[in-house]
Amino acid sequence: MGVDRRQFLKLAGISAAFGLGGSVGFQLLRPGALDAAERMPTPYQMVFPKSQGNSEVMPNPKALKGRRWGMVIDMRKLTVEKARAAIQACNYYHNVPTIPGKQNIKWIWLTGYTNAFPEVENPFADPAIKNARFIAMCNHCDNPPCVRVCPTKATFQREDGIVMMDMHRCIGCRFCMAGCPYGSRSFNFRDPRPFIKKEYPKYPTRTKGVVEKCTFCSERLAVGKLPACAEASGGAMVFGDVDDAGSELRQLLRSRYSIRRKPNLGTHPQVYYLV
Amino acid sequence: MKLYNGPQIIVGLVIFLAIFTYPLWSGAGKAAPVPKPQPVPKSVATQCVADTAYMRTSHMTLLNYWRDEVVRDGDRLYVSASGKTFNMSLSNTCFECHTSKVKFCDQCHNYLAISPFCWDCHLTPKEKK
Amino acid sequence: MLEKALSGSKLYWTWLICLLVVIGAGFGAYLVQYNKGLMITGMSRDVSWGFYIAQFTFLVGVAASAVMLVLPYYLHHYKTFGRITILGEFLAIASVIMCILFITVDLGKPTRILNVMLHPTPNSILFWDMIVLNGYLIINLVAGWVTLEAERKQLPPPGWIKPIIYLSIPWAVSIHTVTAFLYAGLPGRGYWLTAIMAPRFLASAFAAGPAVLILLGYLVKKLTRFDPGKEAFETLAKIVCYAIILHIFFFFLEVFTVGYSDIPSHTAHLKYLYFGLHGHNMLVPWVWVALGCGFTAIILLVNPRTRKNLKILPYACVLVFICTWIDKGMGMIAGGFVPNPLHEVTEYAPTGLELMITFGVYATGILVLTILYKVALGVKAEEEAL
Repeated sequence: MGVDRRQFLKLAGISAAFGLGGSVGFQLLRPGALDAAERMPTPYQMVFPKSQGNSEVMPNPKALKGRRWGMVIDMRKLTVEKARAAIQACNYYHNVPTIPGKQNIKWIWLTGYTNAFPEVENPFADPAIKNARFIAMCNHCDNPPCVRVCPTKATFQREDGIVMMDMHRCIGCRFCMAGCPYGSRSFNFRDPRPFIKKEYPKYPTRTKGVVEKCTFCSERLAVGKLPACAEASGGAMVFGDVDDAGSELRQLLRSRYSIRRKPNLGTHPQVYYLV
Repeated sequence: MKLYNGPQIIVGLVIFLAIFTYPLWSGAGKAAPVPKPQPVPKSVATQCVADTAYMRTSHMTLLNYWRDEVVRDGDRLYVSASGKTFNMSLSNTCFECHTSKVKFCDQCHNYLAISPFCWDCHLTPKEKK
Repeated sequence: MLEKALSGSKLYWTWLICLLVVIGAGFGAYLVQYNKGLMITGMSRDVSWGFYIAQFTFLVGVAASAVMLVLPYYLHHYKTFGRITILGEFLAIASVIMCILFITVDLGKPTRILNVMLHPTPNSILFWDMIVLNGYLIINLVAGWVTLEAERKQLPPPGWIKPIIYLSIPWAVSIHTVTAFLYAGLPGRGYWLTAIMAPRFLASAFAAGPAVLILLGYLVKKLTRFDPGKEAFETLAKIVCYAIILHIFFFFLEVFTVGYSDIPSHTAHLKYLYFGLHGHNMLVPWVWVALGCGFTAIILLVNPRTRKNLKILPYACVLVFICTWIDKGMGMIAGGFVPNPLHEVTEYAPTGLELMITFGVYATGILVLTILYKVALGVKAEEEAL
């Protein structure tokens, strides 16, 4: 982003004059450049600097790196036991609460064939498929509607494709829940803490009033670990780089027929089901 | 110049000022003891991510900065001015040394009557009685 | 001019106190919601918007309908509306205030509401909704107040206000269009995914808003010496008549496209609303009442004898109000969420606390409306006394 301070101030001044507020106009004139602007110290940060001296930040060198993360779920291998183990692992490592009733929280869960794939309705399909229990989770779409509708960029797409949640920024408007065509998002209607069976101290809980969902275990990828569900699924869930033609994930996708949830909506889901 | 409804206006102003300044005069002469946040035990004492003077005044901006870097950019390591590398995590890094929220964080936060919402989500070690 | 709101009859003050009591109760209920979270509402993981957003959507329409007075008066110099345009503009102000309040009480983290401006996101329709709603509020405040001030001074309104008034015309259309876009652009919600959403919203708005104005006109006539005049009522009734017919017509366009194409992800919602789905049929009586009210209103309004009968007209307006309020409120919101994207049915009904908060917001809007109308009618009474 080749924006120097002078240029920024000039543009911000012009757009403020248009009554849009500096940063809004800036975003309209130069999309993407705002991130550079946000890094400028605010008056508050000038008094209380955000870091000391010549410190710096960097990713963990052990982190798994991918250009486009995705997941393959092998329905031949996925038994209900394996799925339950995956769900349990996810719930434990992310402090997902078990709230009874219709205000519940789900990151990944089991559902029926017609629920997961309502548009591929076929009464005479192979019973092994028709009666199977499928894992539903966030599809980390390439073209995510939830990110499109979020008014604060609290949900956003990382460069490696992961659709992330910034719980610090979420205002709880629930537009993303209306936008998600997969029902992958949950809202904290109440304080979730009393409903967490066993707290995992290394991962935060959530607070009432924010939306949450699967993050493809970004916190585990960052230290070189696979997502908790993939690790616990006994090989039925394979995580990998969709952009890497040599990855195990791509080999699986070449070798077997796979389907995705509601591909007709153009969201480009990145969770593939081998059937 | 004549002040219409003078008595009412003056009484009203006095009542307003009394309520408005209540926090100032109600606590006068009852200064709370200056907090003494518990120093880190010698056994675990290493070097903090920044020096004490900086941390005292600016730890909140540092934490906000860490938060944005970790959540939004995926950068998780912090190389401090002294050249040491830290994992940017409130629960997992800060609390390794500052093991008690009650004896460390709450001391000053209570004194200054601020209640940061960090703890609504981020877990802290169980307090030893 | 505001001092006109400080003197009034016993009835005026009793009314204000009643409103304040309701506002207080609503605020108390909101404190419970603020502390416990939205768990106190009937909303759920599947129906994640409810009564608040339904009221918001309906009231954006009422706000937009001020254009139905502004446009004939300022663009076509239709003098009859000159005396009541201010009532339309002030109704718009009260409605927009209620809209903003409904959005605020619906937020999970209301203290972070300024994040919308701190992290502006032009790709989100909610961001634009914030801009058009606040803009509309300011435009109507300025336009209404300045013209009323001029009227009081027996002067023509200043020249600079004209462009602002003209701007308010497309702006009124924009607030309801943007509100329709909130729903109409979502890929997975068959009931909302329709290009006719915005026109349908506008049609029901131009029915509901003028209907409310007629009812308010009756009330004003009864309580004060101000009479909007028979012709004003009749013209407004014509507007309501055309708009409610358009509203029902657009609804049938929707029914045809959805029904004849028979695509399950679109039909499911209409089936749920009008016949029930998998044994769930909570909203069925409501939507049929809405449709019945709409048709009865059309019969009463199309027939010139009943439309021009000032004894029957208010009943027709109440029917229009019920029809559009159910259709655009609960029908539109809950109908869009049921069934959910996995074709499961979770029904929604507001809770008592949710209703209390809703009444509190309505009472706030009515309080603002009462005060603004008091000022406007005070000015008009002064004028007539001269």
